[in-house]
Amino acid sequence: MGSRTGRAFLRVATGAILFFMYVPLALVVIYAFSDSGSSAWPPTSLSLKWVEIAIANTGLRDAFLTSILVALGATVIALVLGSLAALAVARHRFFGRELVSFVVIFPIALPGIVTGMALSTTFATTGLPLGILAIIVGHATFCIVLVYNNVIARLRRTAGSQEEASADLGADSWQTFRFITFPALRSAMLAGALLAFALSFDEVIVTIFVAGGVKTLPIWIFQSFRLANQVALVNVAGMVAILLSVIPVYFATRLTQDTGAVGRT
Amino acid sequence: MTTTAPSAESPGVPSSARRRLAAALHRRPRLRLGLLLAGPGGWLFLAYLGSLAILFLNAGWSRDAFTGLVKRDWTLNNFAELVTNPLYRTVTLRTIGMAVAVTVTCALAAFPIAYYMARVASPRVRGLLVVAVLMPLWSSYLIKAYSWRQILSGDGVLNWALTPFGLHGPGLDIVGLWLVLTYLWLPYMILSVYAGLERIPNSLLEASADLGGRGFMTFRRVILPLAFPALVAGSIFTFSLTLGDYIAPSLITTTQFIGNVILSNFGVPNLPLAAALSLIPLVVVTIYLLIARRLGAFEAL
Repeated sequence: MGSRTGRAFLRVATGAILFFMYVPLALVVIYAFSDSGSSAWPPTSLSLKWVEIAIANTGLRDAFLTSILVALGATVIALVLGSLAALAVARHRFFGRELVSFVVIFPIALPGIVTGMALSTTFATTGLPLGILAIIVGHATFCIVLVYNNVIARLRRTAGSQEEASADLGADSWQTFRFITFPALRSAMLAGALLAFALSFDEVIVTIFVAGGVKTLPIWIFQSFRLANQVALVNVAGMVAILLSVIPVYFATRLTQDTGAVGRT
Repeated sequence: MTTTAPSAESPGVPSSARRRLAAALHRRPRLRLGLLLAGPGGWLFLAYLGSLAILFLNAGWSRDAFTGLVKRDWTLNNFAELVTNPLYRTVTLRTIGMAVAVTVTCALAAFPIAYYMARVASPRVRGLLVVAVLMPLWSSYLIKAYSWRQILSGDGVLNWALTPFGLHGPGLDIVGLWLVLTYLWLPYMILSVYAGLERIPNSLLEASADLGGRGFMTFRRVILPLAFPALVAGSIFTFSLTLGDYIAPSLITTTQFIGNVILSNFGVPNLPLAAALSLIPLVVVTIYLLIARRLGAFEAL
């Protein structure tokens, strides 16, 4: 497609797809400032009315804080487990290595509803309580792959020879990790953690199955669809949800420009 | 980058206990590997594969119609119900059909923009476009689906835009859902195809041109076959995510998909039947993954 018409077609198609992708997001922001609180288009007038009501809504605020807490918990677990798994797979040869890299991807390749049902029946069968810990366990399980992918992409690019050189110069395993391996991985780990946070903060499919009565922000939004006095707040809450996932992802892409691991999952 | 030089602790004189431990670990790579794998391996095998096993176990149990309690004797009754009840067959086929339709439209829509990103745009524009595709992908799924509900509703923006032309949108129905699901999963397909197209060496395209291949011929005989594994890799997401979705279907339509049927049986109504039903997407996606692996998609992930 080197011809001029070919290029023109590609340019127009690219523009059209980007328009298609951004219009629904832009509408959420416009509706958040719409006075009427209904989906009728065009909005009659714009105001901060619903933003103020949303800020004053304690249910919404609690849900927001719960989501932050869940996302932090899931991110910490995913960060530790994902980094350990990446170090094991990238720096060791062992039986079952392929299996580990497959099992890490599994929770995100399978439909969320299967993961949700599996965790939920497990909690019901073993008598463990549903709730915030169950949500964190569920989120951590599919967030591991985000950290794993980022760290393993970085490990493949940083040669093991630096670690060998460190050992040759008399450093022990801990010093090699502390002064060679960890500094090389730090930004990839941070990028993976940011993605894990963003994914957990937004997750709803698995969360519904394990939440018990706990309300995360997406669950609050989901339940508001059916509540007449809250549905007008959905767009405001949605605007916050979009910002809190897009901002971490933006920084994650800046941190991993060398490997481009952000888009691979 | 901050400094990596030691400050408080000196690297030259570590405490002897730590040094002995580090030396022991260095001499025993198996032990080191075991310590690395214990956490993530234990978590994924226990918390995840263990849960899947318990899900399978639950699928064979049954719910006592009188007491409402789950009876723990394993039978094939639920599976027989899935096969013989025509409702579940219809819903399964409808969901798979939707997943195929969404995958095909995602592939068609993704190819031009992915091609532009990978082979036409300058490196700077390419970087911007990758970020531009990533942002919608990571934006709140629930809100994107809800935004489409507002767009497609009777007094929404789509009908407002189309009315002057004497047209109207697909409305809150199955065609609307197809559009919404295509929207939701399109970024996954774009990024996957982009990665595949970017890997094709320029020399192959030049060779094709040297041998007399015109634009379309090169596209069909060189680019498409080389990008195909990446296309299949992207389709894993579009297919699997459609198959397991129950929120977009319930927001946009009143039509039942597998996810809705599972959710409506979940919990008190009939947890064992819900467990059996959720094995349907599990099995379908596993078969899809096996086919995708044969087509080389795993190397393109």
